[in-house]
Amino acid sequence: MGTEPASPVTASFTLINDRTDIHRAESRLFEALDAFEYPKAARFAIRLAFEEAVTNAFKHGHKGLPPTTPVQVDLSISHDQVVIAVEDQGPGFNPADVPDPTKDENLEVPTGRGLMLIRAYMTRMTFNAAGNRVEMLFERAPDTQPPAGA
Amino acid sequence: MAASDSRLRIRRDAGVTIVEFIDRNILDEANIQMIGEEITSLIEADPSLKLLISFANVDHLSSAALGTLITINNKLRPKGQLRLANIDPQIYEVFVITRLNNIFKIYPTTDDAMKSFT
Repeated sequence: MGTEPASPVTASFTLINDRTDIHRAESRLFEALDAFEYPKAARFAIRLAFEEAVTNAFKHGHKGLPPTTPVQVDLSISHDQVVIAVEDQGPGFNPADVPDPTKDENLEVPTGRGLMLIRAYMTRMTFNAAGNRVEMLFERAPDTQPPAGA
Repeated sequence: MAASDSRLRIRRDAGVTIVEFIDRNILDEANIQMIGEEITSLIEADPSLKLLISFANVDHLSSAALGTLITINNKLRPKGQLRLANIDPQIYEVFVITRLNNIFKIYPTTDDAMKSFT
């Protein structure tokens, strides 16, 4: 077992829509998940949510804006939870307006699955009133303890 | 498209076109678009294509990648056949959550998928 950081790891990034820039934030996130020894399934879920939120911000949030318009990403990682906030500079949207992609009539529509995947893998997903900032909370499942007397 | 740009390994075996991904993570929008265009060109060259997409080396894929698979399936369906194989259990769970396991024919191994073509 490594030594965990004594306090939550926090970091903020201003990202442009460039893979190298996005990777910079993702690397910091994964360094912290490593330090707190998050299990593989949690890392998969958190990465998926991060990727979907950042992609949504650039692809949908910034639709019609200059391609260099940056997105703000705030990270907070502790032993018990991860909070990722992604804020774009677009006009925002109402998440309730996004059709359910799992309905039979939408199954063969190629788009619209990002939000539902975030919702499925994160403990909680909330938007600000404007609909241009999403905050995603992942609560870690309690570590499995060895049986008493083992 | 120059072959050196391809994010895919493509081979033919017993009348089946087998596609594998070079990248472990199918996340980058530009790469996903390139993958979609490359596979679309295969379908346009042969609308009755028997296509097997193997996820043997893939650790992560995004909803945009799922969207590209749906588009490929929609393009192939009139005359061709699409099979998916070697999907990591965590990624398979994504197919289940999105209910896409109901529209794709998914097999545990390449051999299983090869035997399923008609």
